[in-house]
Amino acid sequence: MPEDPILAVRGLRKQFGAHVAVDDLSFDLHRGRSLAVVGESGSGKTTVARMIVGLERPAAGTIVACGRDRSRPARGGAERKRRGREVQIVFQDPYASLDPRQSGAVLVDEVLRVHHDHDAATRRRITGELADLVGLDQRQINALPRDLSGGQRQRLAIARALATDPRVLILDESVAALDVSIQAQVLNVLADIRDERGISYILISHDLAVVRQLTDDAVVMRKGAVVEHGPTGRLLDDPQHPYTRMLRASVPGPGWKPARTLRPAAPPSS
Amino acid sequence: MSALLEVSDLTVRLRLGDEQREVITGTAFQIAAGEAMGLVGESGSGKSMTAKAIARLLPLGARVSGRVTFDGADVLALHGAELRRHRARVAVVFQDPRAHINPVRRIDDFMTESLRLLDDVPRAEARRRAAAALEEVGIDDPAKRLRQFPHELSGGMLQRVMIATALLSEPRLLLADECTTALDVTTQAEVMAILDDLRRDRGLAMLFITHDLELAGAVCDRTTVMYAGQIVETRGSQRLHDDPLHPYSAALVQARPSVTATAPRLNAIPGRPVSAFEAPGGCRFAPRCPHAVDACRSHDQQLTALDGGWVRCSWAAELRGRLLASSPASSSGENANA
Repeated sequence: MPEDPILAVRGLRKQFGAHVAVDDLSFDLHRGRSLAVVGESGSGKTTVARMIVGLERPAAGTIVACGRDRSRPARGGAERKRRGREVQIVFQDPYASLDPRQSGAVLVDEVLRVHHDHDAATRRRITGELADLVGLDQRQINALPRDLSGGQRQRLAIARALATDPRVLILDESVAALDVSIQAQVLNVLADIRDERGISYILISHDLAVVRQLTDDAVVMRKGAVVEHGPTGRLLDDPQHPYTRMLRASVPGPGWKPARTLRPAAPPSS
Repeated sequence: MSALLEVSDLTVRLRLGDEQREVITGTAFQIAAGEAMGLVGESGSGKSMTAKAIARLLPLGARVSGRVTFDGADVLALHGAELRRHRARVAVVFQDPRAHINPVRRIDDFMTESLRLLDDVPRAEARRRAAAALEEVGIDDPAKRLRQFPHELSGGMLQRVMIATALLSEPRLLLADECTTALDVTTQAEVMAILDDLRRDRGLAMLFITHDLELAGAVCDRTTVMYAGQIVETRGSQRLHDDPLHPYSAALVQARPSVTATAPRLNAIPGRPVSAFEAPGGCRFAPRCPHAVDACRSHDQQLTALDGGWVRCSWAAELRGRLLASSPASSSGENANA
């Protein structure tokens, strides 16, 4: 008997005016597993993330996290805080999501103070553990964001998100803006955290190589609709839907030649 | 055949307050007419500044030494009308088209401005040429697009407008600076295909700047890798990928996750990329290099020829063939905890 999913989404829909941003999305996410939501601009993938954390209200459908419905706005501060504890998010741009006047240690401490009943010494210990987990040293965790590099800031943003001890972490293009060598560091850190804490990830991404590296299952979205859903390895090795095939064929690799995919090829010029 | 573009011993310092910060140190390379060269590196490597130096678009107060020769002309000495002509023949396409187009003017005005003002081309003729250029980059119904404003076009469409605009001045060299990075992957593939066609049909030489080795390899014959303001390796793109000579090139090849297999662990490069002015003495990559020995840290490394390429590592011949060997065997597509 499989355990209940940590996050269950059913028939999720969102409209902005006449525009349907997300249409009839359903998936289950189990403990310690990772799901990718893949798509291009306008696919609705970020709207999905925003609905799950409660930044957008779904037009229809249900979102159940840790056994509790969160499809409607929270009633009261306690409920809102509990939702914040259960599901956290890390955005693409760590410059925009950190307070420039707050050091990492102060930032993490504040989250711990708001969400848990720890004394100052315990909070200090947990802050140190989180810094270790994401690979920031003593000097870095006490530095202001402007004195950190992009990769260090993104690791701080992850530490901040982990401070609530969430069951689900949403990574909204969180490694997209990082340099190649730093992206690999952060992806390894994310894999370690999953192994250590049994946390589940939702990875919102357009980068199929990152999706392959980090996730077990994937949902491919196009213009708000799900076009394919399955195990990541199978989906990338043997894509069924023409759109998934086109996405897969657009990834540069050995022997790859760019093709004018959206239009018929021009006649060869001689 | 002499090179279309020849860069030698190019060093660039930018002024930041009272400070001079070196961003490029002694860069040298050549590009032949119709040739595409990839320029790959991470933040601070100096790859964008190299393009800006060639196009003479460096910020005020920048100090440049060395030589840049384009089609026989001494680029660093150009001024006035000659400089304008140089900028027409060396076109630049940047990452974010929206930052380089006037949002309140129609596409028509943007595309034809320099033709009308600099070359005295009559309006109707300029418009006809603009429409033809839009068609060349695969835009349907160019007459309609010319009447539109930038906000009415998608990012991919706008980037094609930028490329078409660059073509209007009949350039011989295109400097493409991360010009597909902000685009969706399918759009990226299409823009890359367009650039590749242009190179073949027009004999347009290209300096293709990117952080993505695979992407550079797909359209460029040769790829140059920069680290901390220096070239560390120049080689045929395929060989650079399969048999890199510099430890940094090898590390870049291996750090990227693969779309065909899940690695148990990625080969991350420890530390972070640095700029030229922050770089240590001796080999600039030494602090992050798994093969570094004391001599690397005390001796500057020279760019030397090796097997048809150039590499800045005195151990390159010895390390050859072993740089990729340390990669963990990729698992066959199964996820670790599946």
